[in-house]
Amino acid sequence: MPGLIARDHEPDEDAALLARFAEAADRWTPLVALDPPHGLVLDVTGCAHLFGGEAGLRDDVLKRFRTGGFSIRACLAGTPDAAKALARFGRVAIVPTGGEAAAVRPLPIAALRLEEVERAALSLAGLKRIGDLADIASAPLAARFGEELSSRLRRVLGRDDIRITPLRPPPAVRVEKRFAEPIAHQEAIESALGELASRAAALLEETGRGGRRFEAGFFRTDGAVRRIAVETGRPSRDVRAVLRLFRERLDALADPLDPGFGFDIVRLAVPTVEPLGQTQPGLDGKAVEEDELSDLVDRLAARFGAERVLRFSAADTHDPARASRLAPAPAVSRREAARPEQEAGEPPLRPLQLFEPPQPIETLAEAPDGPPLRFRWRRALHRVVHAEGPERIAGEWWRAPNQPTRDYYRVEDDEGRRFWLYRAGLYERETARPRWYLHGLFA
Amino acid sequence: MPDLSALRRAISALERSSACERGDLFGFGAPEIDGALGGGIRRGALHEVYARKETDSAAASGFGLCLALRAARDRPLVWARQDFLDLETGALHGAGIAAFGGDPAKILVVRPGDAAGVLRAAGEAARCPAIGAALLEVWGAPKTLDLKASRRLGLASEKSGVTLVMIRRAAAPEPSAAQSRWSVAAAVSTALQDNAPGRPAFDIELLRHRSGLPPRAFRLEWDRDSLSFAAAPLSRSVAAVPADRPARPAGGGLRRRAG
Repeated sequence: MPGLIARDHEPDEDAALLARFAEAADRWTPLVALDPPHGLVLDVTGCAHLFGGEAGLRDDVLKRFRTGGFSIRACLAGTPDAAKALARFGRVAIVPTGGEAAAVRPLPIAALRLEEVERAALSLAGLKRIGDLADIASAPLAARFGEELSSRLRRVLGRDDIRITPLRPPPAVRVEKRFAEPIAHQEAIESALGELASRAAALLEETGRGGRRFEAGFFRTDGAVRRIAVETGRPSRDVRAVLRLFRERLDALADPLDPGFGFDIVRLAVPTVEPLGQTQPGLDGKAVEEDELSDLVDRLAARFGAERVLRFSAADTHDPARASRLAPAPAVSRREAARPEQEAGEPPLRPLQLFEPPQPIETLAEAPDGPPLRFRWRRALHRVVHAEGPERIAGEWWRAPNQPTRDYYRVEDDEGRRFWLYRAGLYERETARPRWYLHGLFA
Repeated sequence: MPDLSALRRAISALERSSACERGDLFGFGAPEIDGALGGGIRRGALHEVYARKETDSAAASGFGLCLALRAARDRPLVWARQDFLDLETGALHGAGIAAFGGDPAKILVVRPGDAAGVLRAAGEAARCPAIGAALLEVWGAPKTLDLKASRRLGLASEKSGVTLVMIRRAAAPEPSAAQSRWSVAAAVSTALQDNAPGRPAFDIELLRHRSGLPPRAFRLEWDRDSLSFAAAPLSRSVAAVPADRPARPAGGGLRRRAG
């Protein structure tokens, strides 16, 4: 066959495709589980009526996958295992309630998805079909072929029912809007989001809760799904604030929302909720200010990403680099961190800006344990006129042993620029040739 | 000429009354400069601070923080700076801000990747009345920072009362809608005993003021305890003797020891 194209099997690509299918299958039910290597299990309990009954639902699934150019087999049954077996080996499309046992009886034992060894053993015993196994009492069967086979058989026959483990846990609140005519324009998308947000807010209000995370799902007609999430620093059901966050987020996307031939479902899920009672602002307006600040953090985080909106978190340590760190704003508690009181009238003893890692400099030292007279940093020579020190800061040996002790000096050059320098290592005790570093700049 | 006076009235209405112009001022705390400025500079407006040379960037950041702290009156600050500035002059240091008189717990740092992001973050901050002041630090002369952008920031700040301090580094002063424009260089401090570097000192120059004040230069020192400026003594040779302690402790070493 000269026209045949041979390609290597790529299991990772297959798994990725299956994951995308699982995302797309979210349009039919929130409970979707993977059945690798090439199956999906959908728990459609209570969903079928939205698609015109079970037959309509199955047809919709088949139609959508076939439009995408994939061959697909689907079966609806009362238990996941029966459905899996029938989809692969049976010819039944929809099993009537309680009819699982009858439907799976003619299937070959391969439908139990056993190991090759077990299958061979069953074949040798003359057991070829599930019906043959079903007639044998389960105790002798388990004794001979193992408990695993027996429990699989019970599940396939519909005697045992186990729930599937969905890929994504169902959210606390979920609202969606379906469009007969797919939408593509930004205004239409925003108005759909607005409507969904107010519906979600009403649902949240009924139960006295507020969302911390809102996730919008955009289902394209060709099956691609895009999910965009925003987070809030405090529980919220403020429609306008949530919409504003979504607008920021959509505006700042590195790869913009591509509607393709349009979205036919827009969904808003609230996966994380927290209790939120009715509130009214206090007379001093303090609470309002806190809320405004928290909203500002949310908007900035939606726009720039949480890792770019930061607050200082103080740690009780002498290590200057660890004493104050910038951490994502929502993660830092607003609790006042204890800071050493400074003596009145003293100049600042810590620099406004700190280099991490410190910058190596060349120095001309005054004495083995004094500040340098001149030093070169970034190819410029600085002549020290004022200096103070040393302030000795030892390394934290319980974190990283053998760190040299640092002797810090505040120095000022003849043009008034103030630097924070240190010498790494005690002269003659820790090192013969201590190195100098510039650690920070004072204003 | 009734037409001309009507036009003048219309223009003055557009430009807002001078009472509003004077409105809410914050001073520097040093009588010399406050007197020269007629009380101070406006709160709820955009002010620009230029680093005189690239090496004065740290001084410009420090002076900008001084202005923001004085304008904010204990309310939170937002500090938006381009992320690569951390490589140029180091990352903002909370302990250093505390040592400078600020409260690190009240500062929100935003680190956008580009100048457009810095302007946007400042725009967001300027629309949030819970903020006392916002600092925005921009490197060079990005295209997005034009007259329109600074005008927009100025209007947002006027509306909400959030003072904006724009720190420009490695940039030559250019036209903008800022209320006042300053050029800042580091100045040699008044040494403490044993030749220790003293309080932060700045050589500042008023380049432009909206109400047409003439350019003037000042030398100021920052007092972090009272969050105010003081005029620095111009003479460098004489070190100030502290009033509350002996000039040199008995038996003190050659060098002032810290820590």
